[in-house]
Amino acid sequence: MSDDVAIHVRGLRKAYGDNVAVAGLDLDVHRGEVFALLGPNGAGKSTTVEILEGYRHRDAGEVRVLGVDPTEATPQWRARVGIVLQGTGEFDELTVAEVVRHFAAFYPDADDPDKVIARVGLAGKARARTHTLSGGQKRRLDVALGIIGRPELLFLDEPTTGFDPEARREFWELIRDLAAAGTTIVLTTHYLDEAEALADRVGVITGGRLVEVAPPTSLGNRQEALATVSWRTPEGTPESAQSATPTALVAELAARFGGEVPGLTVTRPTLEDIYLRMIGHR
Amino acid sequence: MTTTTKPAAPVAAAAPARRPGSASLALRQGRMEIRQFLRSRESVVFTLGFPIIMVLIFASIFDGDLGNGVSYTQYFITGMIATGLMTVSFQNLGIWIPIERDRGVLKRYRGTPMPKWVWFAGKVIMVLVTGVVMTALLLGVSVALFDLDLPSTATAWLTFGWVSALGITACTLCGIAISSLARTARSGSAVVTPIALVLQFISGVFFVFTNLPTWMQQVAAIFPLKWMCQGLRAVFLPESFGANEPGGSFELTRVALVLGAWCVIGLVLCLTTFRWTTRRDG
Repeated sequence: MSDDVAIHVRGLRKAYGDNVAVAGLDLDVHRGEVFALLGPNGAGKSTTVEILEGYRHRDAGEVRVLGVDPTEATPQWRARVGIVLQGTGEFDELTVAEVVRHFAAFYPDADDPDKVIARVGLAGKARARTHTLSGGQKRRLDVALGIIGRPELLFLDEPTTGFDPEARREFWELIRDLAAAGTTIVLTTHYLDEAEALADRVGVITGGRLVEVAPPTSLGNRQEALATVSWRTPEGTPESAQSATPTALVAELAARFGGEVPGLTVTRPTLEDIYLRMIGHR
Repeated sequence: MTTTTKPAAPVAAAAPARRPGSASLALRQGRMEIRQFLRSRESVVFTLGFPIIMVLIFASIFDGDLGNGVSYTQYFITGMIATGLMTVSFQNLGIWIPIERDRGVLKRYRGTPMPKWVWFAGKVIMVLVTGVVMTALLLGVSVALFDLDLPSTATAWLTFGWVSALGITACTLCGIAISSLARTARSGSAVVTPIALVLQFISGVFFVFTNLPTWMQQVAAIFPLKWMCQGLRAVFLPESFGANEPGGSFELTRVALVLGAWCVIGLVLCLTTFRWTTRRDG
């Protein structure tokens, strides 16, 4: 295993009683990469991530995270791994600054709390008690606690659930900043646009297995999929055709209409279409 | 909490702030627990206020004496102190830990490099400080309003010290242990409150212990509260009163043995059953 591998998983298995959550999963995440894990609820996403984070024990398989087996997590290893959990751990009566400073003390090389608070966009809320924060602001606090120790590897479990669109954009910027600074990021999400916007590679988990890993643009051979060209006839009836050469088709239509084609759109399957097909819908 | 305003710029040059040693982490953790406790007004009122209200009520209702010029308050204060010690440790932890576990606070701590014992140390520090404050308040109120005679010999104060310390240790360990029984945040108080209430009734907190039915005395003798009360009676009542005890004396050796045994039982339960996450979390 070379040094540029942040996460190395082979044959990972985990069952809860008769219910097999993870059924022989292989995964490699490179250092500096933003990797998104997609999958329906119950596909084994969270179980996999929690095993990688050292919260759960596996039944079988080989797991190395930053070169260490997470079941043998030491404080030294924990200091290198940042975790943003799905649920927010609340500290009702403490202020944002108090919580972030408190957690900073756990890390050997913590970032400056005030800087981190500003970075997640909570500078104006530093002195606010955490129970007064909105859902999105609480999530930012979670992220602040995840990155306060300057992790080499950051896990984000559905980080933007409950965000308004603007907050999501800001959050994406923060993730891009972290990635640009060299942080390896493993993200689980239900939002396909989020995976598309952030991830270098996307892995789709279903039935406890990783069924495909690819850059978002080429997942499920998306770049080669037929384009759908739609337009309206002069009578106003919508019409559409699938084509491997949409440009030619549009040129032909333009010639036919003698200029503007009414209601013209050209689309490729969205990541969501591909994803839904992969996990067995449609 | 130290407010460190580091210069923002030369990161590489400035040696990163070293993580404080484990002992100082434990102190920080304790300070944070106390701050959280003090800021949640309900817990301050219930934990510290309840025993004082009880003293006010009881001392006002029963203003007679037990013979030999020993006031009922002198007897009653021992039960109130013992109950107070149990409230700040057993009930406080048994109710709050499930809430923190449910909110994911514990899980979040587990994901940091903080050594596990630091979290427990924080709880113990909080319990000890509130226990001392509560005892001092109880004594102050009773001396000021109800002519309580404080122990006059060094031996009595020493006994006061070790009985309280052993009792609060046993109750703390049992409180941490029983916190794992609660499945949800809310059920903590449902588990702990009835236990505490029954123990208070059968252990001689509200009534003179020897007036209780023998079988009740025998049941009470299994649990720590009865022995805490008895040990404290040795502190606040004349030695001649020891003859009224079920064993014919205050039996301080047995007090130490039973409380010590509960410390061991509590510790073993803590080590074997403590959970950082909720059950549904695995």
